[in-house]
Amino acid sequence: MKTGAKLLIEGLQREGVETIFGYPGGVVLPIYDELYDSPLRHILVRHEQAAAHAADGYARASGRVGVCLATSGPGACNLVTGIATAYMDSIPIVAITGQVPTSLLGNDAFQESDITGITMPVTKHNYLVKKAADLPRVIQEAFYIAGTGRPGPVLIDIPKDVSTGTVEIELPREETVTLRGYQPTYKGHQRQIDRAIELITLAERPLVYAGGGVVLSNASGELVRLVEQMMIPVTTTLMGLGAIPGDHPLNLGMLGMHGTEYANFAVTECDLLIAVGVRFDDRVTGKLDTFAPHAKIIHVDIDPAEIGKNKQVDVPIVGDVGNILGEIVIRLQKTGQYHPWLEKIKGWKKKHPLRYKDDGKLRPQYIIQQLSDLLKGEGIIVSEVGQNQMWTAQYYCFRKPRTWITSGGLGTMGYGLPASMGVHYARPDQAVFDIAGDGSIQMNIQEFGTIAQYKIPVKVAILNNQYLGMVRQWQELFYDRRYSFTELPPVDFVKIGQAYGIDGIRVESRDDVQSALKTAIDTPGPFILDFRIEREENVFPIVPPGAANNEMIGGSNS
Amino acid sequence: MKPHSLSILVENRAGVLSRVTGLFSRRGFNIESLAVGTCEEPGMSRITIVCIGDDAQIEQVMKQLNKLIDVIKVSDLTGNERVERELAMIKVTVDSGASRSEILQIAQIFRAQVVDMGTKTIVLQITGNTEKIDALETLLRQYGVKELVRTGKIGMLRGSKTVKSGK
Ligand SMILES: Cc1ncc(C[n+]2csc(CCOP(=O)(O)OP(=O)(O)O)c2C)c(N)n1
Repeated sequence: MKTGAKLLIEGLQREGVETIFGYPGGVVLPIYDELYDSPLRHILVRHEQAAAHAADGYARASGRVGVCLATSGPGACNLVTGIATAYMDSIPIVAITGQVPTSLLGNDAFQESDITGITMPVTKHNYLVKKAADLPRVIQEAFYIAGTGRPGPVLIDIPKDVSTGTVEIELPREETVTLRGYQPTYKGHQRQIDRAIELITLAERPLVYAGGGVVLSNASGELVRLVEQMMIPVTTTLMGLGAIPGDHPLNLGMLGMHGTEYANFAVTECDLLIAVGVRFDDRVTGKLDTFAPHAKIIHVDIDPAEIGKNKQVDVPIVGDVGNILGEIVIRLQKTGQYHPWLEKIKGWKKKHPLRYKDDGKLRPQYIIQQLSDLLKGEGIIVSEVGQNQMWTAQYYCFRKPRTWITSGGLGTMGYGLPASMGVHYARPDQAVFDIAGDGSIQMNIQEFGTIAQYKIPVKVAILNNQYLGMVRQWQELFYDRRYSFTELPPVDFVKIGQAYGIDGIRVESRDDVQSALKTAIDTPGPFILDFRIEREENVFPIVPPGAANNEMIGGSNS
Repeated sequence: MKPHSLSILVENRAGVLSRVTGLFSRRGFNIESLAVGTCEEPGMSRITIVCIGDDAQIEQVMKQLNKLIDVIKVSDLTGNERVERELAMIKVTVDSGASRSEILQIAQIFRAQVVDMGTKTIVLQITGNTEKIDALETLLRQYGVKELVRTGKIGMLRGSKTVKSGK
């Protein structure tokens, strides 16, 4: 005889779960009691949102499914932002919530909220479990759904009487999950692959536009092989950074709103756009009808609904990005003959590099560059949201996939610190930096408590400009410098750290950047760096909202 | 932009209807009509949804529907040889013997059945396609339609083709 709570823990173990992030409460008491002497490692966060982000960070860094746990009502509702963040970036997590007993469901009982209803639009699937005997199957399905096809979050809501309920006999575990409504396509359609190969062979100015899908499908090897064999330049989205080394000669860096000028020029002039694991997001495309206006488009993605959603394409290929790129590489016979095109791009790169004013003042771009040099592509960089995120995307040289962890689709401030905790448990061998703004860090600053308690060696580098910098930048550029509610009073983050028992230093001069970063790296355990940067530094270049990608401002021409 | 009838085969599970309809509202598609019930397969239901959109929009909504784990199969019946039916009940006011016999005459022409008759009202039941029901409704308006209820359209392909599992 086993309780539902026991079945849950066993189910998690069978799925290979080692670490879960959670926060207890009334209806999950039976589950917590079972956790008390289980081999699962449970990390007690300080807010359920952080549990969801930590599970998400764990998943992004490891490629495995992350798990978080919360109580009903307020606990479950606090997970929602984290679940939505994972959903927008297709990150596999399983969120487990407690629920009021089945007899009280729908009664507005104490701490009841309809969390399956609330999360329906932000989960890949969710379950309200009505009896303990269903738990083993539901857990197996949830992990399968979260981790396969286009990954995403799955929520399992477990009423208290289901956790305490007992089962006499356990059904044997099925070897594989079969769901008649869920059969992802992994292999590309042969005729479409033929057509793609033909277009690649005929193109004169091809460009690969690679996104998070390449990272998610662990396809960066295939991507690099393809572009090296054919000598095709590559631009990546924010989520695709790291899919090809930042310093690879064929890499043009990020495209879109804060992309490099040469990447945006290349998209505007290419005659073939090979879009892999991307979704033509508006932050990438700018004005849609001027995006890749001269190009035929090949679009490879595992989600058929992404193909043709925003932009008509010429060759749709549904399937796993890695499989399909691998097959294209094998079948492409010739190497590419795109010399004039590559020369042209080289010219743009030379004439329009990313640049900032390095005048001895403490500028954020310099800090990121120094960190990049110090870590030499080792380590995992997590970010918050805003200017800090964009400067990191622009100036950090990511050399490997899964070393750049950021909330792209939802752009969730407060994501970085808790996500870094998950990253650490996924890759304990790696140095983990959270690059933060002073606004974002205060959205989940309570997690200083968690990193202090577990001595999680996350280094928090706050690019402190005493503004909600990205919003202030838009007000400066597009709202006549009317800084409406974007100024933040100075906060002494080192002191806050001290209160939690975390060491830190404040850095006010450019000359101290290197040594401060080194101190952070060399100090065991967590560390806080409070960089007092130039307050009104902007992220440039920028494609103004609604403009075409080649109409960037703040680039090297202006 | 024209109406499309989507036939959606789903797992007969709690919440499936709200997954399907939630997707329509979330993605900005209007539902013109909706009909749902069990079907020939145990454990499954069939939903017929009529919605209006251009081809690209309909393709997108079908792809999104297909992504729902509880959706087994989605077909657009529009453009195929198909039979479609809807049932409506119309409660009409009768205020004189003359109007009563006129209404009954109209019912006969439309092959509508009288399912209830009171001193002040008649309830007619009509089955047919949307246009036929619309036409009857328009005619009856002059007598006073007190209440009207429609099932929403249901449909299936003609011949041996079916909307079955196996996505
Ligand atoms: C939860 C949340 N609320 C609001 C926003 C809107 N927003 C985007 S960037 C930004 C400012 C971020 O300020 P800060 O963290 O200090 O970073 P900076 O831009 O100064 O680097 C805001 C408010 C958001 N992305 N997320």
